[in-house]
Parts: sequence; structure tokens; C-alpha cells
Amino acid sequence: MSNVLAVIEVKDGAPRRVANEVVTAARALADGLGGEVHALIVSGGGASPDALGAHGADVVYECADDSLAEYQAEGYTQAVAGFLDGRDYAAVLFGATSQGKDLAPRVAGRLRLPLASDVTGLEVADGDVVATRPVYAGKAIARVHIDASPALVSVRPNVFTPVEARRPGAVETVEARVDPSAWKVRRREVLGGSGDRPDVGEAPIVVSGGRGMQDPANWGMLEELRDALGPSASLGASRAVVDAGWRPHAEQVGQTGKTVSPQLYFAVGISGAIQHLAGMRTAGTIVAINKDPDAPIFKVADYGVVGDAFEVLPRLAEEIRRARAG
Amino acid sequence: MNIVVCIKRVPDTAARIRVTPGGGIDASGVKYVISPYDEFALEAALRVKEAAGSGTVTALSVGDAASAEQLRAALAMGADDAVLLQGEVGMDGLATARAIADEIGERRPDLVLFGMKAVDGDQQQVGLMTAELAGLPAVSVAASVEVEDGKAVCHREAEGSIEVLEVPLPAVVTITKGEHEPRYPSLKGIMAAKRKPLAEKAAALGDGRITVRDLSEPAARPEGRIVGEGAAAVPELVRLLREEAKVL
Ligand SMILES: Cc1cc2nc3c(=O)[nH]c(=O)nc-3n(C[C@H](O)[C@H](O)[C@H](O)COP(=O)(O)OP(=O)(O)OC[C@H]3O[C@@H](n4cnc5c(N)ncnc54)[C@H](O)[C@@H]3O)c2cc1C
Ligand SMILES: Nc1ncnc2c1ncn2[C@@H]1O[C@H](COP(=O)(O)O)[C@@H](O)[C@H]1O
Repeated sequence: MSNVLAVIEVKDGAPRRVANEVVTAARALADGLGGEVHALIVSGGGASPDALGAHGADVVYECADDSLAEYQAEGYTQAVAGFLDGRDYAAVLFGATSQGKDLAPRVAGRLRLPLASDVTGLEVADGDVVATRPVYAGKAIARVHIDASPALVSVRPNVFTPVEARRPGAVETVEARVDPSAWKVRRREVLGGSGDRPDVGEAPIVVSGGRGMQDPANWGMLEELRDALGPSASLGASRAVVDAGWRPHAEQVGQTGKTVSPQLYFAVGISGAIQHLAGMRTAGTIVAINKDPDAPIFKVADYGVVGDAFEVLPRLAEEIRRARAG
Repeated sequence: MNIVVCIKRVPDTAARIRVTPGGGIDASGVKYVISPYDEFALEAALRVKEAAGSGTVTALSVGDAASAEQLRAALAMGADDAVLLQGEVGMDGLATARAIADEIGERRPDLVLFGMKAVDGDQQQVGLMTAELAGLPAVSVAASVEVEDGKAVCHREAEGSIEVLEVPLPAVVTITKGEHEPRYPSLKGIMAAKRKPLAEKAAALGDGRITVRDLSEPAARPEGRIVGEGAAAVPELVRLLREEAKVL
């Protein structure tokens, strides 16, 4: 079969932005294979799938169950693997979000299928799926051939720009083949986190601070810039400030943190060590603010401002707020 | 409390990666290390064993003979024994998972720890795949793991929050940094490591189904420019972001 399945991530009852990227990637692949795009929504029910048809889904399968209202690895693995049982797809695409990075390898393991993780490009060669993946945190780029059907892939957020490609997107309900009695992991509680900002690995705009910010108390200035940039902007950090305990490891960008590809990346008071550059060099536009004109970060920055972050940041937040308002 | 920790030999993160015409990487002058997250996992394993007061920590690696170097380093850090599953590891994490699951099936440890990801292939998959193959429950991206009453209690770094999860043993947990500052091997540890058992056997990898067609170095970013100095450069920067880069 030449159809492609896009596994849709839902948050607060609606497909997330990354879902449109996954459908867009699936559409391009299906066009290359001469097949259809099917989208699979696993949820507690009621997720509005309109945008999926707009981005190229021929059919949307809703696989809903009360037990799946929140992401639960074992339940979602059962639901996706159960859906795939007896169906034929050339490829199954996930978003390489924090949820997708948990779900895709489990589904792959359960189905005994290989998985190409966090890909930045997909093509069809002689009827097979070939994926492009950054390796060594982006210090090299591999093109890999997936010799399996379906080819399982997770796609890196922010790379496959959503394209409008209207298709029916007809909704069909499917049974959720889940068995909660088999779930072994129990959630005791959830600590902290408002969770209203995207994860730094998924955010289209990232504002990262480094040791040049000098004190955790100064992060208010970075937050102000982030807020000026709108709700899709998130904070990032260099390892130096994570090691110092100023910021959580979840915000660390780099080879031993998150690898990010936002459309816009601000590096403030970050020198640009090789491990940091590895994690952000595929960003669309990079802005560096550093008081040292010889800082290596300027070698990868599209736009650099040499100066004191404490002078530049307030002005920048103000000008961006004005630009976005006007 | 018997724990297996899976560690991979990878180029040091400071290494510059040079691609060879054959589609491999030039290993000359590259220092190899235990993948950083695997060091965190080893640290986590040693702490769990210490808290339990008894048991063993076994370091396991799949790779060629050179991986013995990283296993010795793990023994010096405090692992009790090590096993090298010899084979050629490629891009297909499922093959690696198969070899590890095979060994787990024989040893039946209480806890199997992995790094969240290996920093060479950046696949972030082998731990969870192994769990599926071995039929074990799993928690990924744990910033901490503690064992109480036959359960592993993990603080999982979810999106924007921390989930406190408990999973009955035997289980798989993949480890992120958290508070896991890896200990330095003591001189005594290094000496002792030489006498600790390091078993070698063939890895049951099977056929890898993800193969590298070509490997290249990333295109250099186009030369950037310094917009100006200090706050005075801000209006021009914002104009460029709007009109040239079109990102605002
Ligand atoms: C195994 C390993 C893994 C690593 N992984 C990562 C990783 O994943 N991510 C990562 O980031 N690093 C990583 N590192 C660390 C990396 O090598 C650097 O040490 C780190 O990135 C430096 O952080 P920094 O740029 O914030 O600090 P510094 O290098 O100290 O740079 C601070 C910068 O701030 C500038 N500055 C100072 N004051 C001001 C001011 N008032 N206004 C503007 N600019 C100012 C300075 O000119 C300087 O350039 C890793 C290292 C190792 C060994
Ligand atoms: N060749 C290997 N030998 C031992 N452990 C490995 C190997 N490859 C991966 N792992 C383990 O699986 C984790 C995830 O690896 P990966 O899926 O390649 O990112 C690593 O952090 C290791 O704990």
C-alpha cells in the first residue's frame, strides 16, 4: 500500500501546531508514493480535526476512549499499535515532540519495526522511504534508507512548514483497542509547570540566555523579550547556566540538551561553544547579543549586536512589541 | 538489586566531526567517551544500588572491541562487572535493542537503565524499544529514580512539568541529567577496574533495516553580519528581522 498515516498530537482538545507539520510531511510523501494521507487522533474524544483536512488529510480516524484523555504511554502505544494491526501503510509519521519521542519508539518496538527519529527531510526513492537526519547533534547529516513497511518516522518540529492542501478530511470513528488493566506505570502526581509555553524543543521562537546574564534574577529581561515575541516563544539556556542551577535542564539547548530548529533563535550572553552550536545551528534566523565582538556565536549568527545585554534587551523587547502591534 | 546499565561509546561532544568520502566519520584524533546521558544513567544505577545496600551494577555495551575502553571506565566509576556484546552497530536502534533484550532475557535484572539518548545518532529510541522487546514496563526521560517496595519511582521531565511516576520492577528507565553529576573514578577504582570481570560475547543484532545512504557535513551558514553596537542597533535589528528575515 502507498498510504501514509500521520499520528496527530492533541493538546487541550485540539490538534497541536506540529500536527499540521506532520500532515504536511505525510502529504508530500503520499504524493510521491501515489497514496492517501490518513490522520489518526488518539484522545479522550471531541478533538476538532478541521485543520487536518486543510493540510492534506484524506481521512481522519478518531480513536477515542475516556482512558486516553491525557497522554499515557502504555495506553497510547496500545491504541496506535492496535490501529495499525491489519492495516497497510507505506509510512507512519509522528511528531518528534516530547510526547512523540516517548510514543514512537514504543510503537516501533511493539511492532518490531525500525524507526528513523527526528528527521528533517523525507523523500521517496524507488518506492522506498529515505529520510534525512542530523546526527552528532547536527555536526553531520545522514540520509538513511528505511527497509521496512510501514517505514516509521518521527519528524522534527518547525522543519516541515505547514502547507494548505485541501482534502476531504472525512472523519471516521474507530474503536480504541486499549486494556487499562495491563498498564503498569502509575502517575502519582504532577509537579510544577504551568505548561502554557511550548517546550524549547518545539517552540518556533526561542530566547536563550547564557552566563553573560550574570544572575538568575536577570531572567526577567529575557522573559520580557519572550513575552514581546508572543505566545509561541519559549526560553532556552546554555549548559553553563543549567549547571549553575539558574535554569532547569529541560531548557538546555545543545548536544547534551535539546536540539532545536526554531524559525528565530536569540542567543543572549552565550559564547557559542561547539556543544551549544550543535544544538541550534539549524535554526532559521539566529540573533546573537554579546559584549565580546570575538565571541564564536557571531560566526553562526545572521544578525549580531555587540553590546551589554542589559542595555540591549529592554530596548529590543520594547521595539519588538511595537513592531508586532503595528 | 541487580541493575544493568547500557552505555555506548561515542565521540566526545567537543570533537569536530569530519565526514570521510566513504560515508563514515574520520576517527583520527577523535577522543571517544561514554555517551554523557549514559554516564548519568550509570551514576543513577550506582546510587540505587548504594541506597539498596546490596546488589550489582552491570555495565553493558554493544559495539566493537574498542567499546571495552568505555566499559573499563564504567568499572572504574563503580560498576561491578561488564559485558561487551560484540557486533557492528549501525543506524537501526531496533537491532541494538534486540541484542540488549536478548541479554536482559538471560540475566533478568530488576532494573535496566539507559541514557535518554546516545549523542552520536541522536535517535532516542533504544531504551524504549528494548523495553517493548523484553516485555518490560518503561519510563523515559527520568531526572531521578529511586527504588521503594519493589517499585521504581521516577521524576519524569514531561513537557513543562515533572511527572512523578511509579513502575513495578523489573522495569526499564531512561535517564536524563537531573541531579546526576557523574562521580569521578578514584585511583583505587581505576586499579580495581582492571580486575573486575568483563565478559565478551557475540551480539544478537539481526539485520539492521535502516542503512546510511550518505553522510555529509552540514552546509555552512551564510556569513552573518554585525548589525551594530549596543541599544542603538536595536531599531535596525528589528527592521531586518521584519523586512529581510521576515520572522516577526
Ligand atoms: C560533555 C559536554 C557537553 C556539553 N553540552 C552542552 C550543551 O548541551 N549545551 C551548552 O550550551 N553547552 C554544553 N557544554 C558546555 C559548553 O562547552 C560551554 O561551556 C557552555 O556552552 C558555555 O555557556 P555560556 O556560553 O553561557 O557561557 P560562557 O562561555 O561563559 O559565555 C558567556 C558569554 O557571555 C558574554 N557576556 C558576558 N557578559 C555579558 C553582558 N553583560 N552582555 C552580553 N554578553 C555578555 C561573554 O562575552 C561570553 O561570550 C558541554 C560541555 C561538555 C564538556
Ligand atoms: N551500542 C549500544 N550499546 C549499549 N547501549 C546502547 C547502545 N546504543 C544505544 N544504547 C543505549 O540506548 C540509549 C539510547 O540510545 P539511542 O536510541 O541510540 O539514542 C543510550 O543512551 C544507551 O543507554
